[in-house]
Amino acid sequence: MNALRKVAVGGFIPVLVIAGYWVWATMSRNPYFPNPMRIMERFQKLWLFAKLPTDVVPSLTNFALGYVIAVFSGVIAGVVLGRIKLLRQLFAPLLDFARSIPAIMLIPPFVLLLGIGDQSKVAIIALGAFFPVVLATMDGLRRTDPALIDVTRSMQLSRWQELLVAWVPSAGPQIAGGMQTGLQFAFILMVASEMLAATHGLGYLTMQAQFTFDSASVWAGILMLAILGFGLNTLFVLARNRVLRWHIQSRATARAR
Amino acid sequence: MNLTHPLRLRIDGLSKTYGTGSTANEVLRDINFDVHTGEFVCLVGPSGAGKTTLLRCLTSLMAPSAGQVLLDGKALTGPSPKISIVFQEYTRSLMPWMTAEKNVALALSNSKLPRATVKKMSRDALASVGLSGSESQYPWQLSGGMQQRVAIARALITEPEVLVMDEPFASIDAQTRLELEDLTRRLQTERKMTVMLVTHDIDEAVYLADRIVVLSKNPATVQEIVEVNLGVERDQFTTRESHQFGELRSHVLGLIREAQNRAKTEAASGPQ
Repeated sequence: MNALRKVAVGGFIPVLVIAGYWVWATMSRNPYFPNPMRIMERFQKLWLFAKLPTDVVPSLTNFALGYVIAVFSGVIAGVVLGRIKLLRQLFAPLLDFARSIPAIMLIPPFVLLLGIGDQSKVAIIALGAFFPVVLATMDGLRRTDPALIDVTRSMQLSRWQELLVAWVPSAGPQIAGGMQTGLQFAFILMVASEMLAATHGLGYLTMQAQFTFDSASVWAGILMLAILGFGLNTLFVLARNRVLRWHIQSRATARAR
Repeated sequence: MNLTHPLRLRIDGLSKTYGTGSTANEVLRDINFDVHTGEFVCLVGPSGAGKTTLLRCLTSLMAPSAGQVLLDGKALTGPSPKISIVFQEYTRSLMPWMTAEKNVALALSNSKLPRATVKKMSRDALASVGLSGSESQYPWQLSGGMQQRVAIARALITEPEVLVMDEPFASIDAQTRLELEDLTRRLQTERKMTVMLVTHDIDEAVYLADRIVVLSKNPATVQEIVEVNLGVERDQFTTRESHQFGELRSHVLGLIREAQNRAKTEAASGPQ
């Protein structure tokens, strides 16, 4: 009952927006705002499932590969930089400088270096998502309570055990935050790289549709992206809530007391 | 008392100064005392006396500026498996992502024991502090007193020779504190452990200790070592109401007040 109510309340505004758009699009006859039925028809024609294997699956594969590389290398680099002061002092300025470059600006040099194929896409996605992960990991380690380290020291745990049982899990909530930002970056870069330099993909098709004033396809592409983005973020949040159950519940408990 | 018991721990000229030059802050000066096997020693002192610094130095969590700690005649060079520590802030000393059982088992990380044995030992340790049934609960699901019991179980599972406790009951409600005091005393007698407990609560020190090391302040030195001849059996009602308890309490309180006043006068007269 509660879940039903949540869906009803949460769905209220979206339904209202769609209905409003529908009425307005039907009345205005502006060719750039086709009515929802046409968008849905185009959506079905393009994405269910004609172009799915050629233009969505490869994009998502690049995305997944790049993101996984970013998370692994980001957490490892973050732990190394977070724990070794000299390396941190050496690399922190570079990291701060590099992260202030808008991630989309990574596309031109990577296309120059690696061409317009999957290689450059994976590299762009990986590098773009790497920065938020590495910075969040460093931040998380810095916030680790020294009291916990007293505990592990008093147990004579090795530095390696200490990392695994204290530093990294305690940085978990921050790392997850960085991973979520990284996920958004990776998604944006997946589409943007296809819009700028590609021969297929969601971004490419949508861009092509724009060049030919095919507004129904543009909107269908945006709808597809929205669904994918929403789905990925939802999956991420579910996974995070599972792994960080202790964090979420301990905070809820603390608030309740 | 305890002259017949062998020497377990010798604190030998322990000193600690933070910083150097004009900003140097001398916290501990030439601390000397002995702790015998099976003895319960409480460290008390005015607040800000550097009790925690002393405790960190004598468990090798911090390097002293001078002096050493001898355990069974051998100088400690780092945290020892024979010494377990219960920290003051239980909310910060348990891993919130681990269940009570995992938190306790963590202390056995370096043992080569099979997993099933570790599990059984963890459950037994929790049972010995009265926490059977809470094995799979997370620290934040437990009350403060229960969390500190988990920390005690974790300290005991390695069967340490010496248990060091840093104001372990300071942030626990009064009723639970009495229970935990009795629990600690009982475990100490049962396991013939040597216990060193830092507290700012003079009643607690007198109730628990066989001897009380009273520290002065700025820098901390050993002001006096008070023998507590209240016997092995202690009771929250009769012991605390005894004449002897009152006398000891007043004596220690007097020493601490003295130390406090001396520190104030020195602070007022400015640095020499």
